[in-house]
Amino acid sequence: MTVKQEWAMTPPTVTAIIDGIRVTVPPGTLIIRAAESIGIEIPRFCDHPLLEPAGACRQCLVEIAEPGPDGKLRPYLKPQTSCSMVLTEGMVVRTQVTSKVAERAQRGIMELLLINHPLDCPVCDKGGECPLQNQAMTTGQADSRFTEAKRTFEKPLTLSTEILLDRERCILCQRCTRFSDQISGDPFIELQERGARSQVGAFDPEVLDFDGYAPTGLAAEDESGRPFSSYFSGNTIQICPVGALTSAGYRFRARPFDLVASPSIAGHDSSGSAIAIEHRRGKVLRVLAGNDPEVNEEWITDKDRFAFPWSSLDDRITRPLVRGEDGELREATWPEALARAADGLREAVSGARSKGVGVLPGGRVTLEDAYAYQKFARVVLGTNDVDARSRIAGDEEEAFLGSRVAGSGLGVTFADLEAAPVVALIGFEPEDEGGVVFLRLRKARGRQKVFTFAPFVSRGNAKLDATLVPTVPGLEGAALDSIRRGSGTVGDVFDGLSQEGAVLVVGERLAGVPGGFTAAVALADRTGARLAWIPRRAGERGAVEAGALPGLLPGGSSAQSAEAREGVARVWGVSGLPLAPGRAAYDILGLASSGGLSGLVVGGLTLSDLPKTLANGIAKAPFLVSLEVRLSDVTAHADVVFPVAPSSEKAGTFVNWEGRLRPFTAALQTSALSDHRVLDMLAREMGVTLGTPTVEAVTAELARIPIDDSLRPPPPSASGPSAAEAARRAKATTLATWHALIDQGSLQDGEPFLAGTARVPVARMSPATVAALGIEGRVLKVSGPGRGTISLPLAVTPGMVDGVVWLPMNSPGSTVARTLGVAHGDTVSVKGSES
Amino acid sequence: MTRADVPFVSNLPRKGAAGRFFAPVAGFGVTMRNIFRRPKTEQYPRQKLPTEPRYHGRHQLNRHPDGLEKCIGCELCAWACPADAIYVEADSNTPEAQYSPGERYGSVYQINYLRCIFCGLCIEACPTRALTMTNDYELQGPTREGLIYEKQDLLAPLAPGMLLAPHPMVPGTTDADYYRGDVTQAVRKQIDWVRENRPDDPSLPEVHHG
Repeated sequence: MTVKQEWAMTPPTVTAIIDGIRVTVPPGTLIIRAAESIGIEIPRFCDHPLLEPAGACRQCLVEIAEPGPDGKLRPYLKPQTSCSMVLTEGMVVRTQVTSKVAERAQRGIMELLLINHPLDCPVCDKGGECPLQNQAMTTGQADSRFTEAKRTFEKPLTLSTEILLDRERCILCQRCTRFSDQISGDPFIELQERGARSQVGAFDPEVLDFDGYAPTGLAAEDESGRPFSSYFSGNTIQICPVGALTSAGYRFRARPFDLVASPSIAGHDSSGSAIAIEHRRGKVLRVLAGNDPEVNEEWITDKDRFAFPWSSLDDRITRPLVRGEDGELREATWPEALARAADGLREAVSGARSKGVGVLPGGRVTLEDAYAYQKFARVVLGTNDVDARSRIAGDEEEAFLGSRVAGSGLGVTFADLEAAPVVALIGFEPEDEGGVVFLRLRKARGRQKVFTFAPFVSRGNAKLDATLVPTVPGLEGAALDSIRRGSGTVGDVFDGLSQEGAVLVVGERLAGVPGGFTAAVALADRTGARLAWIPRRAGERGAVEAGALPGLLPGGSSAQSAEAREGVARVWGVSGLPLAPGRAAYDILGLASSGGLSGLVVGGLTLSDLPKTLANGIAKAPFLVSLEVRLSDVTAHADVVFPVAPSSEKAGTFVNWEGRLRPFTAALQTSALSDHRVLDMLAREMGVTLGTPTVEAVTAELARIPIDDSLRPPPPSASGPSAAEAARRAKATTLATWHALIDQGSLQDGEPFLAGTARVPVARMSPATVAALGIEGRVLKVSGPGRGTISLPLAVTPGMVDGVVWLPMNSPGSTVARTLGVAHGDTVSVKGSES
Repeated sequence: MTRADVPFVSNLPRKGAAGRFFAPVAGFGVTMRNIFRRPKTEQYPRQKLPTEPRYHGRHQLNRHPDGLEKCIGCELCAWACPADAIYVEADSNTPEAQYSPGERYGSVYQINYLRCIFCGLCIEACPTRALTMTNDYELQGPTREGLIYEKQDLLAPLAPGMLLAPHPMVPGTTDADYYRGDVTQAVRKQIDWVRENRPDDPSLPEVHHG
């Protein structure tokens, strides 16, 4: 028995000989990886550790002998591809290092690959970092025996506005097509033609010699009109081993040897993807994916990759601005601007008719900035009115965040998400709102069951083979409550979530649903599933940790607890913290628009995300201090504007949705200051030592904040809409909406090539709803309580919940909050039109 | 015995009697020999002598025979430069602004002559023979900025038959035709294009009336 146990505890291994060196690896290891493990590099192009083996380029040929049934070594008659062959017990492998045959085979393959490869390295973007160029130098030969004309293609082929394809450079390794198929699930490029005419391409009727056909299936679903519109298409450029795929934004802009690569963290979503910011003479030229196996592996979204020009546009603020006597903003010195802001805030806080000051840091803040904003509010301004959630956010969400998220450290991780047998998504669209979260879920496809509480199966969810739990927007709570042991989908969800390791993912939209978080927590407790909160913006989890929420102190304790306030006050060295309960961001803005506040301190807030009535609050605030990177509709109303650094120009920490700290340093050395430094100077001007001048100072102070689980706020307990309300909604048309990954967000400004890959905005309705409402025409006009109307092409979506219309939240022609003044779950009126 | 106690002994061969006699004026021998020869002094800047033909002087960015630039902005010159004196930025040619044959051209081209050591590695690196060196050695100026030569300072003058870029390539040709030397001068269509888009361009040929 002991022997058996021992056998069970030792992982099985395979021992073989590579180039005379004994190597022991787990079974199933490819020969090329086993060789890597002993430091032998076999040349390769198509092999990629995160893609399935293809054996497409044939560059990695090696000589192999394997023991036969009689135990005698039997050599293979021809060299074999080491990237697609598994090492077996007793195998003898000879690579180019020891085998003339392998060396000659590799040399021959290289010569064949170079036959049709153009000699345009000087104009090729890959030149200087090109695996083909490098390996042609190491394992190729300098002279070509090929004197005939090379095959040429029209170049470049525009796969999308961002991705360009030079087919003549392609060596048909199929990394891009395999990525699109296996990783992102957007199989819009594929190998076409045969033999010497083999080429990668999108659906191009000219290339394919088609006439009168159009894309069908998933490809037809792509309303952008161009076939290769994937949110992850930029990754194909990075893994292309030649310069066949290039991006329109970077094409011909620089050579690899010009660029300085600074590792950093992406700030476009809450995943905290590792990236490398590559810059030249103080200007960012491109962003590449970093390699972090625990977080984003080697992939990033196109938004993380291409949306960086926003911070170097002409409207960048470089010096403080102060509103002069004439009502116009003018440039001022730092001392003048600080004095002016300090005077104004002092008057707003302690003046004769003071009504208090609110602080809105915005959702893009780093942990350190969020900490400085909330400390500034609580210590300098004496208020709890600070909220980094610049979206619909209520007390229920805060109770959830305080009781379940804040200070909980690393919770559900990407690896947990991948390993989960069942994942249920509520108020969360993984592809649009999660980015690389989607890629992790897709990686588990086939082993994992995904349920989505949504009105329809979006394209992203379809790629996850997700099962729809039909949910009316605004009634997510009821849908969650209905999950019980039983039969049908409801029972499947219950059984699934009851499995070991199941995860319930909640997104930011659940905050706008009364009773939503209460029901989510109840469901998680009922089934034993783990809860993961995945917000959309990069800074939200950090803001929760830093206490930049009205009811939460740093460390997750409740601002209503006297003991918690005392503990934090002791660390801060102040006599006490404000008592009055704080207000959420929308309430602060609502109060400001009705004249109920004397001032506002605003960080990275975009007014176009807000309903007009709330956006007016910015204009109505008697004294407005803005900390911004670029001129915006907030700075237009500000009395004092301080320029602050974008994340590429400052150090800081993002906390990703897992609760993982993602620290980064400044990629570009500029004089731009972080928000926490500006607030520190402003506080000093007002006679208070905030103690947030550097990242190190904030980190040290955060470490001293006491964390006491007994001081957390109570878990959320709110009731959903009443039965009467639910019945009323059943009759009305309800709006479902979320932000598309690529939309009109202000951090995507200045990148028209990326904007061109966005999905074309459409309005979605079920066929039955279209029929019931008597909608005619190709365009749907949607209106709400706001004055405006949104007109979008109608996409009739089978299988969608009846009585629901879906619009993209902030896409061209569809700014839901600003135009309609409504949010997810509100009722709207619709009518059809021909144009 | 210390070093100071060792008497000095010269290694030079001891001179004979005549040698010792003329020793005080022997140094004037070179002077006396040259005093009757033609002086080599150059009267620069009044008189400028031609350099050797392959002298490494100021750089030049050459043009194709129709006036398009040869530089494709590949930066190999900048890469080869041991003194980091060259700065290049490339950009895409467009139908509206075609500066060089093919897709890519050098939009920014700077050589810093405060750094350049005239080694010529850059012209060896140039894949299109766009960059060569002239015999011009007169590089001086009162400011640092002035010694950073920009693209317009380095571009070769227009030879007959050339048109100032940007203008389209010769119709029906590819960049390969340019490199093979099949393009010999600007053609009618290119002249018409420049006349339409830049009527005042000085490189346009005179219009002969009547």
